[in-house]
Amino acid sequence: MLEVKDLGVALTMGGQSVPVLSGVSFVLDRGHSVGLVGESGSGKSMTALAIMGLLPPGARVSGRIVLDGRDLLALPEREMCAVRGRRIGMVFQEPMTALNPLQPIGAQVAEPLRVHFSVTRGQANARAKRLLERVGLGKISPHRYPHQLSGGQRQRVVIAAALACEPDFLVADEPTTALDVTVQAQILALLAELAAETGMGLLLITHDLGVVSQTVADVLVMYAGRVVERGPTAGVFGAMAHPYTHALFAARPSESGGRPVAIAGQVPDPLYRPPGCAFAPRCARVRDVCATMPPLIGVGAHACACFNPRIAA
Amino acid sequence: MRLRSRSLVVGAVISATMVSVAGVSLAWTPYPPTAIDIVHKLAAPSPTHPFGTDHLGRDVLSMIMAGASSSLSVALIAVVVGAGLGVPLGAFAAARGGWIDDLTMRGCDLAFAFPALLTAVMITALAGPGAGNAMLAIGIFNIPVFARITRSAARQVWGRDFVLAARTAGRGDIGITVVHVLPNIAPVLVVQITIQFALAIVADAGLSYVGLGTQPPFPSWGRMLNDAQTFIWRAPLLAVFPGVAITLAVLGLNLLGDGLQDVLDPRLRRGR
Repeated sequence: MLEVKDLGVALTMGGQSVPVLSGVSFVLDRGHSVGLVGESGSGKSMTALAIMGLLPPGARVSGRIVLDGRDLLALPEREMCAVRGRRIGMVFQEPMTALNPLQPIGAQVAEPLRVHFSVTRGQANARAKRLLERVGLGKISPHRYPHQLSGGQRQRVVIAAALACEPDFLVADEPTTALDVTVQAQILALLAELAAETGMGLLLITHDLGVVSQTVADVLVMYAGRVVERGPTAGVFGAMAHPYTHALFAARPSESGGRPVAIAGQVPDPLYRPPGCAFAPRCARVRDVCATMPPLIGVGAHACACFNPRIAA
Repeated sequence: MRLRSRSLVVGAVISATMVSVAGVSLAWTPYPPTAIDIVHKLAAPSPTHPFGTDHLGRDVLSMIMAGASSSLSVALIAVVVGAGLGVPLGAFAAARGGWIDDLTMRGCDLAFAFPALLTAVMITALAGPGAGNAMLAIGIFNIPVFARITRSAARQVWGRDFVLAARTAGRGDIGITVVHVLPNIAPVLVVQITIQFALAIVADAGLSYVGLGTQPPFPSWGRMLNDAQTFIWRAPLLAVFPGVAITLAVLGLNLLGDGLQDVLDPRLRRGR
């Protein structure tokens, strides 16, 4: 079980400590899936990096990230290296740059194996070949180089590498953002399939609500470093309450041909966040009370951090 | 692969010739390079002595050949010392960053503040003249050069996504440096090695010119130049042969380095 408890991250910017993430909590079980949704700058990727123990130097972390009873934030770097790739795998947004251009793909798929297990080159190669087959690249030679592959194929290579050691959890940070729409669906289906097959827990980070609704069981909507709405995916999307979630939903292109509605304004700079609800300056339903920080409270089957939630009748 | 770089071809041919001449001299020279024959001193080039003889009657062609092997071995060891210590130092600084990086780079700045050749003269003067100390003195001054270039190239690679990916795979700093960083900066290092090799040959010639490098009777190009000075009016060719040898060696290696840069650097390659 991977448990994130009251996670906070502060970065040092221009000499002062600026919180970029606060009060993020969720539980990810094996065989379970959680989605983090939000705009750029909402702290999604920070959460992923914090779990992997790869925050930029100078970042201060608070809270706890507990993997099967051990607090990862308290682990020394050497032990954290033994967790990365072995217990928690990660898939990146940009398959074009996440692969070493000078290494054949087979070697890169086998890399976590060679790091964590004393396998021979032959064993590693055989396993890499099976992994490539599993992600649908059975016809591609492991001796190929990344530049000889398409974007979707490269992302499959990245996924195969993340799965090499059969990790208990997989963190996928915007795994489909850099891909063509048609390929996106394939990659998502592959991720969901692999998660179901191996029983690993999947943390899917995306700004795409469509991606989340199809893939994960629970969803956390993040805004400016905080969770604003959370709950079972069907519950959140069926009865969304936070104005930000509504706005995010209205901002996506819909199949019925309705025009996407942009959210006015921008995510506030972490240096100048309003004291209360960070969405207040962009919110149509803002009230005086929004100058104080809203707590996450139950709205029907899920939770929402808003004093004036918009609940569909 | 089509060789599009003319300097690469010319440089490679000159450098290969140098290396083979040095190699041949180890097994065979027309005359023993140290054999004195006073009777035939300062002879003009002739079929028996194609490059003539010096003031002690030694065969100049044989000395040039033997000088190539001593120059190349001094330069080789100097570059091996410089790269062998400088590359790990720079890679370490890049991997760790922070104050370790700062300290290493300020150390390099300090080393660069001293004129390399003068300090090499000082080191050999203190430690005693000879080929071995010349190698070390030149090698020490190659360390910061390699440290700095390795560090700056490695820093760029450390910023790339695939390094982050390797981290998430559980690789540590050393593993990432060996598996991902060094192969990606190899082209830069190869080019730098050829350039430093050329500089080391000049430095070796300089040191042996002032008598601090390879010691007589074993011939060296710098020493030959110095000897030839005395007889510059009677036998000007004595200065020409070692001078041309040094120039060719340096020119060849520089062209090779230029050519390699053209071929290996994708940014330059795209421009043509």
